[in-house]
Amino acid sequence: MQLKVQAFGLLAEIVGNNIIVDKQTDTDSLKKQLAVQFPSLVDIKYAIAVDKKIIAGNTLINEASIIALLPPFSGG
Amino acid sequence: MKLNSNDKERYSRQIGLKQFGELAQQKLLQAKVLVIGAGGLGCPALQYLAAAGIGNIGIVDDDTISLSNLHRQILYTTNDFDLPKATIAAGALLMLNPTITVNAFPVRLDTSNALELIRNYDIIIDGTDNFSSRYLINDACVLLKKPLIYGSVYQFEGQVAVFNVVNENNIPSANYRDLFPQQPNNEEVPNCSEAGVIGVLPGIIGTMMANECIKLIAGIGSLLTNKLLIYNALSNQTYEMDITPKEETTLLIPPNEAAFKAMQYSFSCEAEHSFEDVGIKDFLKLMQEEDTIVIDVREEGEKPVITSFEHINIPMSVLKRQKPEINQKNILVFCHAGIRSVDAAQYLSNGKNKVYNLKGGIIRWMSSL
Repeated sequence: MQLKVQAFGLLAEIVGNNIIVDKQTDTDSLKKQLAVQFPSLVDIKYAIAVDKKIIAGNTLINEASIIALLPPFSGG
Repeated sequence: MKLNSNDKERYSRQIGLKQFGELAQQKLLQAKVLVIGAGGLGCPALQYLAAAGIGNIGIVDDDTISLSNLHRQILYTTNDFDLPKATIAAGALLMLNPTITVNAFPVRLDTSNALELIRNYDIIIDGTDNFSSRYLINDACVLLKKPLIYGSVYQFEGQVAVFNVVNENNIPSANYRDLFPQQPNNEEVPNCSEAGVIGVLPGIIGTMMANECIKLIAGIGSLLTNKLLIYNALSNQTYEMDITPKEETTLLIPPNEAAFKAMQYSFSCEAEHSFEDVGIKDFLKLMQEEDTIVIDVREEGEKPVITSFEHINIPMSVLKRQKPEINQKNILVFCHAGIRSVDAAQYLSNGKNKVYNLKGGIIRWMSSL
């Protein structure tokens, strides 16, 4: 099973707009997996949304979850 | 406050809207809105707010107008080169609508003046271009219980949200730290000068910010409270994400005004290596010392070109990709306004060398000549 992850802003430049990663059971393990696949993510702070909700802490996910990675940016 | 015949004529097209009417117009004319940052986001927001008849507008910006601003900062003309943005923007707004009050504050927002400035307004609009200001403004608005309209752009993507609006039970909606709790280093994410931005994008996002502001004052429609809207200018796609206010967020925000004033926003994330801010006089003196290198960290093509002293150019975008080998004992760095060079100074400092940053950058230098 695999998960579809959508990335925004600067993160899209690092991981691509839409990526497929191995299925993980929660967002903490997803973060770890992403850091292995894309080492430069380690230095970047970003928010995760699951089913269009910004998560507060570790959150359970399944293959139907819509996952998005949102970076802060400050341009104006 | 009753509308006079001039007001009724000027605002007739929006007063005519069933959901809006004279009552909403009166609310707009009584509202006080502070726009911080009169750049790519601030210009369109200001223009529509003034046109719509926001009765009292404040503009905070300490920057001056440069040629590379003009593709997106639409209140300025080619003749305004090097003039202060806040003052020129205020003049342009009063030409558009002389019936409102506009105050220009050509100062840099910091912890010493933020509370005084923000306290006097009902709604704050964040059109700044760096994380230090954004977190500072967010925390000040939480402390003073002011609604904050947030917008930000990166290349072809924009974010909009309305933070800190209290509901009928006096509970505030989510704020910036519920979305991104910790302030990133300014060097973690490139700004517009480094990453580039398409001119119409801040136009779209800034106009959406003005729209949220008008809706909030008029009490119409649904707002982007507890939500983040993302807009992509290339694909025309929009996404809305829900944000939930979190208990932990309050721990990150200074609990009172004294704590706020003592907070370090400019470089709260970096500590171990240090550098020194120097003025023009000291900068020139240090330049003469042996074993010294001067580095311009502006991007290629940024003006003015410096010919009056010897230096090398390593753009911030290049610097970030690969740390250059610099063996000199003294490193002097400068950029346009002295913001990016702070990041560069921290980055280049290794504990063995001495790094100096030209405070206020080239613009302050030029204005002192």
